[in-house]
Amino acid sequence: MKYNWNWHIFFEPSPNGTGNYLDMLLSGLVLTIETALLAWIIALVIGTIVGVMRTLPSKTASAIGFCYVEFFRNIPLLVQLFLWFFVLPELLPRSAGLWLKQMPNAPFWTASIGVGLFMSVRVAEQLRAGIGSLPRGQKMAATALGLTTTQAYRYVLLPIAFRVILPPLTSEFLSTIKNTSVAITIGLIELTGQARAMQEFSFQVFEAFTAATVLYLLINLVVVIGMRLLERQVAIPGYISGK
Amino acid sequence: MIEISHVNKWYGPTFQVLKDCTTSIAKGEVVVVCGPSGSGKSTLIKCVNALEPFQEGQIVLDGIKVNDPKTDLPKLRARVGMVFQHFELFPHLRIIDNLCLAQEKVLGRSHAEAMAKGEKLLKRVGLTVHANKYPAELSGGQQQRVAIARALAMDPIAMLFDEPTSALDPEMISEVLDVMVDLAREGMTMMVVTHEMGFARKVAHRVIFMDTGEIVEDAQKDDFFGSPRSERAQQFLSKILSH
Repeated sequence: MKYNWNWHIFFEPSPNGTGNYLDMLLSGLVLTIETALLAWIIALVIGTIVGVMRTLPSKTASAIGFCYVEFFRNIPLLVQLFLWFFVLPELLPRSAGLWLKQMPNAPFWTASIGVGLFMSVRVAEQLRAGIGSLPRGQKMAATALGLTTTQAYRYVLLPIAFRVILPPLTSEFLSTIKNTSVAITIGLIELTGQARAMQEFSFQVFEAFTAATVLYLLINLVVVIGMRLLERQVAIPGYISGK
Repeated sequence: MIEISHVNKWYGPTFQVLKDCTTSIAKGEVVVVCGPSGSGKSTLIKCVNALEPFQEGQIVLDGIKVNDPKTDLPKLRARVGMVFQHFELFPHLRIIDNLCLAQEKVLGRSHAEAMAKGEKLLKRVGLTVHANKYPAELSGGQQQRVAIARALAMDPIAMLFDEPTSALDPEMISEVLDVMVDLAREGMTMMVVTHEMGFARKVAHRVIFMDTGEIVEDAQKDDFFGSPRSERAQQFLSKILSH
């Protein structure tokens, strides 16, 4: 294979006229981070609600949670994004569909919400397992003290359960970041999108994707370190991972 | 104070755990409930503050019917202290915060008020120096004393003890029983599920003996230890008192 390596390519002006190729990749990185953060917030909020629903004594709440989880975890992420981006606007009333299609940054919002919903079921399942792992007596003790179900979750069950599931949640956060790359298929020019654009403009495919690889590794490393610090911060002396 | 009448409870369609249980506990009375494992004594005590539902009969607590759908259960439960076999302190809260949580969230006391009450009770159970530790840093006996203090912090009208010393090392049993004896001597209404016959002899007014979900014997302390009427209670006593 004959290939002209050119590591200086990053500092050559990019054809979009706003700087060099490195700037292009970095703008993609910023978009990746923004999409991932919004998706993660959605995943945490909805995941917490659904995860709690699945542990409630109410059969209805638990059934709704079950349907939600099975719907979102059994359809591939790519198909889900296509559903939200291409199919949903056609199913809605004409005016609403048009509004969706013409929305500025539609790929960004669709990707954030789509990835967020996809990841929310994983958060929900982790949380359900976390709450399930607590001794039954904890809920009883909270209840016996007169706390309502909401208070028992808010002050007792969730603070402990989230500590228990912090390590697997780190993995879910990393998955969220990586899954945003699928958004390239609905036109979001995030890091993967910019790397591909760079490859198409410059023909330096190896340099472009090496840079993307390094940048993905770096943000994920930051997340891993951040979550470790958080784990240490909230560790309970003498309990579970506490030292 | 506690009126239990004709309570029947089933797990599933066929397994009956409580059979027509009827008894009552007057204000200031200390009643010990004993019996072999699986006799339903823990289930019965959990029915008193509706931690366990039951299908037939009724329980009236200080004039309020427990199994009435209109009863504000959290409010009612807040007035009855409960101590569990496995302590069930909240592991993520410091000892003092374990004592304050329900005072503030359920009774609406100010933090300063709750702290003052908590500190007073910690002093009473001899654990002032451990106020800022986490539960996992305390021994079982200490944790159970904290659990008693936590229940007392709510100014309960009665206390329920569900095998409070069964999970403790023999050495730690007496420190917990001492606190309970003091409480009994102060005139607290107490329902105590326990095998500690020494405790029963010392402070109980009445002893209830249960077997296979039924109240087999419900007698004044001296009658129970002197000459139990039922053969089953005689057997039980001879076995546990022979060592």
